[in-house]
Amino acid sequence: MEERSGKKIFGGIAIGKIKLYSKTENRVVRSKVDDVEAEIKRYEEAKGKAIEQLHGLYEKALVEVGEANAEIFNVHAMMLEDLDYTESVHNMISMQNVNAEYAVASTGDNFAEMFANMEDDYFKARSADVKDITERVITILCGGGGSGDIGDEPAIIVAEDLAPSETVQMDKSKLLAFVTRLGSSNSHTAILARTMGIPALIGIGYEDDWNGKIGIVDGYEGKFIVDPEMPVLEEYFKKKEADDEQKRLLLDLKGKENVTKSGQKINLYANIGNPGDLVSVIENDAGGIGLFRSEFLYLESENYPTEEEQFLAYKKVVETMGGKKVIIRTLDIGADKQVDYFELGKEDNPALGYRAIRICLTRPEIFRTQLRALFRASAYGNLAIMYPMIISVDEVRKIKEISKSVREELAAEGIAIGEVEEGIMIETPAAAVISDELAKEVDFFSIGTNDLTQYTLAIDRQNAKLDAFYDAHHPAVLRLIQMVCDNAHKAGIWAGICGELGADVTLTETFLKMGLDELSVSPGCILSVRKVIREAE
Amino acid sequence: MKSFTYKITDPVGIHARPAGRLVAEAASHHDVVITVTKDGKSADAKKLMILMSLGVKQGDTVTVSVEGKDEAAVAAQMEDFFKKNL
Repeated sequence: MEERSGKKIFGGIAIGKIKLYSKTENRVVRSKVDDVEAEIKRYEEAKGKAIEQLHGLYEKALVEVGEANAEIFNVHAMMLEDLDYTESVHNMISMQNVNAEYAVASTGDNFAEMFANMEDDYFKARSADVKDITERVITILCGGGGSGDIGDEPAIIVAEDLAPSETVQMDKSKLLAFVTRLGSSNSHTAILARTMGIPALIGIGYEDDWNGKIGIVDGYEGKFIVDPEMPVLEEYFKKKEADDEQKRLLLDLKGKENVTKSGQKINLYANIGNPGDLVSVIENDAGGIGLFRSEFLYLESENYPTEEEQFLAYKKVVETMGGKKVIIRTLDIGADKQVDYFELGKEDNPALGYRAIRICLTRPEIFRTQLRALFRASAYGNLAIMYPMIISVDEVRKIKEISKSVREELAAEGIAIGEVEEGIMIETPAAAVISDELAKEVDFFSIGTNDLTQYTLAIDRQNAKLDAFYDAHHPAVLRLIQMVCDNAHKAGIWAGICGELGADVTLTETFLKMGLDELSVSPGCILSVRKVIREAE
Repeated sequence: MKSFTYKITDPVGIHARPAGRLVAEAASHHDVVITVTKDGKSADAKKLMILMSLGVKQGDTVTVSVEGKDEAAVAAQMEDFFKKNL
């Protein structure tokens, strides 16, 4: 048994035979040609045929993965028609008297190199597209057929790298998972794997003697196990069964509205704490992200994360969510979530201590850096900002002043920002009680039921001795939620829940009756809550 | 020669698909040379790969120049295209 770790592209469990997929290696040999005109004609014919194939692939992809993903093949066709690319091939043939295969291979290398040297990750990844079109023409010139043949048995495809055209050409019914050594999570193949819902891992080196052995792809943990021992195999059969069950639920509920029998709608968003969770957000069909905890940036860092680091992280999240709302909560650390470089010191009572917005308002340089990064990222999608641990109107006004000056600063620098909703967490009884006043100042409320419950009931949830006194459904908490919801609606703003209570399906009907606009729950809970909503009156 | 400057507002900039559309638009104007310039680097708007190699992102300002037959009219149409698509 052997286990390797890689980067996960798409979650899911696959168990099956390993099939090492190697491209029909086109060995390009340089040779001299005498009839230059005929060689150019040979290239032009191959190019025409390649473009024809690409149009065919576009049609196939259109049906299987949708227009947005299919369009890459039209772009590939346009790349082949590129005047510089064509001219370079023609020139090499006519000036150096080389064969078309060689001219195409060298031209492809040069253009791929040009993209590989670019700074931006997106443009860098385009070098794979150049290689793909180049390989296609060479295959035709060598008289080879299409790629993508994976045999007759369902298999886990293990390869050095896969081109988007190969991925699309593979027979889906025989495809259990992809495992590649190269590739990036930005590549079109990765995007296609996600769209087709096939477990996929990248960054996994492989051995030639794996061909035909049994493999397990764990797309959740990013693990690839070869030749598993019996207990491991049995464990994974169980995991796969549970996963399949979840997928059936998903298939059944995916794309369905969160609407009750009488037509009441509610938004169902996801709570996450790391960009790595985005995969499960998308898989579970969340309508957006209702709580993105930004602490990971601070916890994973040795020092204060820079504006640029934060900007890139937020940008990636909003871009991945493609226009769906992403509510990012500003930093919420304190004595309970310690970060060394903040030098916060120990407190007797961290839950009631120096944390969250209290740090941000006394150390505005940290706050401004985060806000600049957030507003810059807002240009790339639908971003909203949420401020935690609010107790007074005065705090909110101070936050708004800082936010306004950050936006003005960015505008003066000519940096584009999107439209950003700014809201607050309601997680202190104080905020709930004065929510009528607070509602006039902000765009939305999100109720943090974990803290709201512990502050309202004066019960430390870490203290096991208090379990007998703890009531998650205490009427005081439910009344506060109702009050916050009503006050939000009176002021014309929306209110949601992002605490654990949001995923408590015994309360879903109560929340619907209260008139809440949104529930944000961990990604794995979305479908079970959706089920309850759809069964409610 | 007729030229205009334009600040890219499309969040993804001139990446593969928009670049493809831009090339198709530019190629529909036959008797002119259309050049896109960013930070001193220029590319023929009718050539997809060199155009993508400019790495134009949101917020970048590009200069587009048109030279040839009916250049003023073509420049106006190109400016319109940028506003609508980029």
